Amino acid sequence: MAQASVDANPVAAQYIQGIADDALVYAQRLGEWISRGPQIEEDMALANIGLDLLGQARALLTRVGQLDGTGRSEDDLAYFRDERQFRNVHLVEQERGDYAFEMARLLVFSSYQCELYAALRVSSDPVLAGVAEKALKEVHYHRDHATQWVLRLGDGTEESHGRMQQGLDDVAPFVAELFEDDAASVAAAREGAGVLPSSLHDAYVDRVSAVIRQATLDLPEQPRWRSRGGRDGFHSRPMGYLLAEMQHIARSHPGATW
Amino acid sequence: MSTEPAGGTAVQGESPTTWPLWEVFVRGKRGLSHVHVGSLHAPDAVMALRNARDVYTRRQEGVSIWVAKASDITASSPDERDAFFDPAADKVYRHPTFYDVPEDVEYL
Repeated sequence: MAQASVDANPVAAQYIQGIADDALVYAQRLGEWISRGPQIEEDMALANIGLDLLGQARALLTRVGQLDGTGRSEDDLAYFRDERQFRNVHLVEQERGDYAFEMARLLVFSSYQCELYAALRVSSDPVLAGVAEKALKEVHYHRDHATQWVLRLGDGTEESHGRMQQGLDDVAPFVAELFEDDAASVAAAREGAGVLPSSLHDAYVDRVSAVIRQATLDLPEQPRWRSRGGRDGFHSRPMGYLLAEMQHIARSHPGATW
Repeated sequence: MSTEPAGGTAVQGESPTTWPLWEVFVRGKRGLSHVHVGSLHAPDAVMALRNARDVYTRRQEGVSIWVAKASDITASSPDERDAFFDPAADKVYRHPTFYDVPEDVEYL
């Protein structure tokens, strides 16, 4: 097939790979909820959200393969990279907790994505701008779903309030990494393909704080430790197990299709 | 200060561990009226609407959704079927089949 050639742009490729890996890894985690949600309707809701994220990851990884000059496909990048080559933040690779933890994580991640994609609609990379435009509607819905549950669990029973607060507290150490200006973001922002993560932080805080307050919950205190290193390929313990599950079929049967 | 919880007041179901049942009506892209498509569980109306979006409009089936609590729907009983519906069976004159439709009138 004749393919329009794309000029290699390693800076944009590395930046987009971080966004794509966040979406891919969180899609994998959300898929674990199927058959384990509090109701089958919630299985569906989280599966839908995971599939939205997978769609974003596919388009973005395909773009990465064009821009980094290797010509790798989305599948090559998803299934045949090792842990050190993934650029996702630690938040999305953490193991599944209870539903309150998941809603806290989803609120944080989708609120971050809402600000990110809104800003990337004017990216100088046409594919990234296009994905951002389409994905923005999706992540607005994800944020709404998380918001609805944080409100209900936070301002629900004593038990649900306590567990929702615990969920927010448990997620808190992973938030700072999302808004850190790593080298790839700085370089991509300079050439107009990306945005500085730190520039998204204020709008994120306003939004999430309002939800937490309305849910009668407390803003988590400044955590005593924070995650770092994901964008440089340094991951936490759960990541290897996640990749093993996600990649083992493709690696056991290379080229298999159905 | 309002006593209404932030997420709205949960609807009481039959048991404290299950959510009440909601009936879902979806209006398709070209359809003119909402059509019953099924039911689902949700803690309240707002969540029922979102669940309906996730369960019943995954393949672009609709542009509008209604949800109604199943227990709020009053339905005719199968036991009453004869009394309800049979009397209409021999009243063919209620069907507009006795008119001659002029050939050059469109859209009838």
